[in-house]
Amino acid sequence: MALAYTRRLNKELAEIHAGTPVGINLVNADTFEKWLFTVEVMGTSEYEGEKFLLMFRFDNAYPISAPAVQFVVDDTHKAPVHPHVYSNGHICASILGREGWSPVLTVIAICITIQSMLASCKKKEQPSDNDRYVPRAPENPKKARFHYHGTCWRSAA
Amino acid sequence: MSSDYEYSDEDGDYYDDELMDEDDQDSAPSEEEMDIDAFDGPIKEKRKAYQVDFITLSKQDVEKAMDENIEYITGLFGIEPEAASLLLRHFEWNKEKVTEKYIDNQSGVNAAAGVSAKTTPPRSATSGPSRSTRRTAPASSRSKKSLSVEGPFVCPICFDDTQTRTLALACSHKFCTECWMAYATNKIKSEGEFKITCMAEECNLVATDSFIQSILTTDPSTFDRYKELLVRYFVSCNRELKFCPYPECAQTVSCPAAASKFALTTIIPIVNCEEQKHKFCFACPIEDDHRPLICTVSKLWSQKCRDDSETANWIKSNTKECSKCQSTIEKDGGCNHMTCKKCKYEFCWVCMGPWSEHGTAWYSCNRYDEKDSIDARDAQSKSRASLERYLHYYNRWANHEQSAKLSMDLYAKTEKKMEEMQLTSALTWIEVQFMRKAVDEVFRCRMTLKWTYAMAYYLQKGNQKEIFEDNQRDLEKAVEDLSELLEQPIDAETIGLLRQKVTDKTVYVQKRNEKVLEDSAAGYLEGRWKWNVTVEGFD
Repeated sequence: MALAYTRRLNKELAEIHAGTPVGINLVNADTFEKWLFTVEVMGTSEYEGEKFLLMFRFDNAYPISAPAVQFVVDDTHKAPVHPHVYSNGHICASILGREGWSPVLTVIAICITIQSMLASCKKKEQPSDNDRYVPRAPENPKKARFHYHGTCWRSAA
Repeated sequence: MSSDYEYSDEDGDYYDDELMDEDDQDSAPSEEEMDIDAFDGPIKEKRKAYQVDFITLSKQDVEKAMDENIEYITGLFGIEPEAASLLLRHFEWNKEKVTEKYIDNQSGVNAAAGVSAKTTPPRSATSGPSRSTRRTAPASSRSKKSLSVEGPFVCPICFDDTQTRTLALACSHKFCTECWMAYATNKIKSEGEFKITCMAEECNLVATDSFIQSILTTDPSTFDRYKELLVRYFVSCNRELKFCPYPECAQTVSCPAAASKFALTTIIPIVNCEEQKHKFCFACPIEDDHRPLICTVSKLWSQKCRDDSETANWIKSNTKECSKCQSTIEKDGGCNHMTCKKCKYEFCWVCMGPWSEHGTAWYSCNRYDEKDSIDARDAQSKSRASLERYLHYYNRWANHEQSAKLSMDLYAKTEKKMEEMQLTSALTWIEVQFMRKAVDEVFRCRMTLKWTYAMAYYLQKGNQKEIFEDNQRDLEKAVEDLSELLEQPIDAETIGLLRQKVTDKTVYVQKRNEKVLEDSAAGYLEGRWKWNVTVEGFD
């Protein structure tokens, strides 16, 4: 499957170079291990004027299983304040987990999902269990186990 | 509630769920309804009061039971067996529920179980933000556009246009066989999942067994794993069935008697799988044969031994807090004039008051009779007594566990001894088996004894407890005697005598063990046991 994974990413990259949706821009895709995108929410929203860096990490299980996706948090970048985004950049979204992921989804589809997740946010607040989750969270968000039901999404990592 | 019902020991149907277990009807819908008549094999010998009836089922037996359920639904609605299988899985193998819901809303149930594709567009307002946005996302529609390519088929997952073999479920979402295989293998092997939905986005059609088989023709081991997952799921849905918990063991035990919660207040369903003789409790995860103590109380005891409640008790009974800085202080000797190491506060250990007020009464506290110190001493002695009581039972419990473990060593020693015996005496191999039998019996009895101590800890004081402890004492005495005999050196001249003694004692020990187990089992049925803690199912 290693071949399929690079072929698939190559194809996706070609499409990305041909053009990305508004507000989503490729920053770096030098390797097939890590891609970076900037994500902005267009129009009026809680996040006007803010720009976030989204990191994708792939292994050869892609696209059978979802890539590891998180916001970059460092000296220059911050994670958006959002009920489904932890302060360490981890995102709780069903399409990034086992149940919600489908192999026909693409990197750009994930970007759009996350962009609209931000756009539809009515109130900027952290996940209710942020303080409990973040200190014990695994480095790779794919190793965390989220529950996607209801509005309060708990982690059972 | 136990007093309302009459138990008859003979016919073994005193745990009739219909009557007694009202609150379980909703939570465990699948138990009674399932057909396991097929499992009613011949019951071996007459069981003892402390034993339960159970039979071992192979993987094939369970699959047969699954097929019978499928046939029932197939016959009822005239649908394909594979569709019936998906419906049953969706409703946790509850035939009645399938029947009811299917009659109620056929297409809705088919869609929910993944038998057929949804006809109407899926719900929009109810789902979370991520899902609803995904559906309207332009990229998804774009990627779908690229799916419908002209010319050769390009798999929308791996983008390989050289693939000639493709597969699709009834929804016609086509993918190359290689992607299907990778996907199914990932689901089965990494996620332990048997519900394999179509790979297309938002398509929740579930792959049938024959579809999975066709994907995995080149990988039969993964398909076997898939079938095992199905069997395990079926077993987990049925309260009368349980998988042997030993690793690598694929046998299932059927024990209808232990299927209801209520039954577990009177029986301890220790079962074993037939082939490997793996012994386990049907109803709880405690590894031991925890007879004669029922599951719920055994769990209390195990928790108590694990948690720190007694550590706290020890601190309470053996230490005091400095009345100035609240540091915990243990007095390990010396006089009552204490100086806190931390804050240098000088106080009297007896009355906890400042030492300066003691004047010249250096070694005896004349403030001893004051109410505060009496109260403090009372509280302390109370917790000390509780700790001592716990330790009394715990030490004996742990001792028997330790001794039972040591009897494994004894086994090896016995083996050697038996060889010796064959050499030094005229005894044959058959005749020296009495040693092995004795060791086995010692082990069994120590397990019983171990749990009698946990039971005694929770039994309410009274005549019943005294009788229980008398039986316990008799067994313990007999076991220790037999253990001692087994440790004795072998002497060619006295072998005959030793053999006689060991054999006699083994029989006696066995009888004592029976006595303890039988009496405690009868006690549960007669409602004789009263606990000093609240136990679910008891008044």
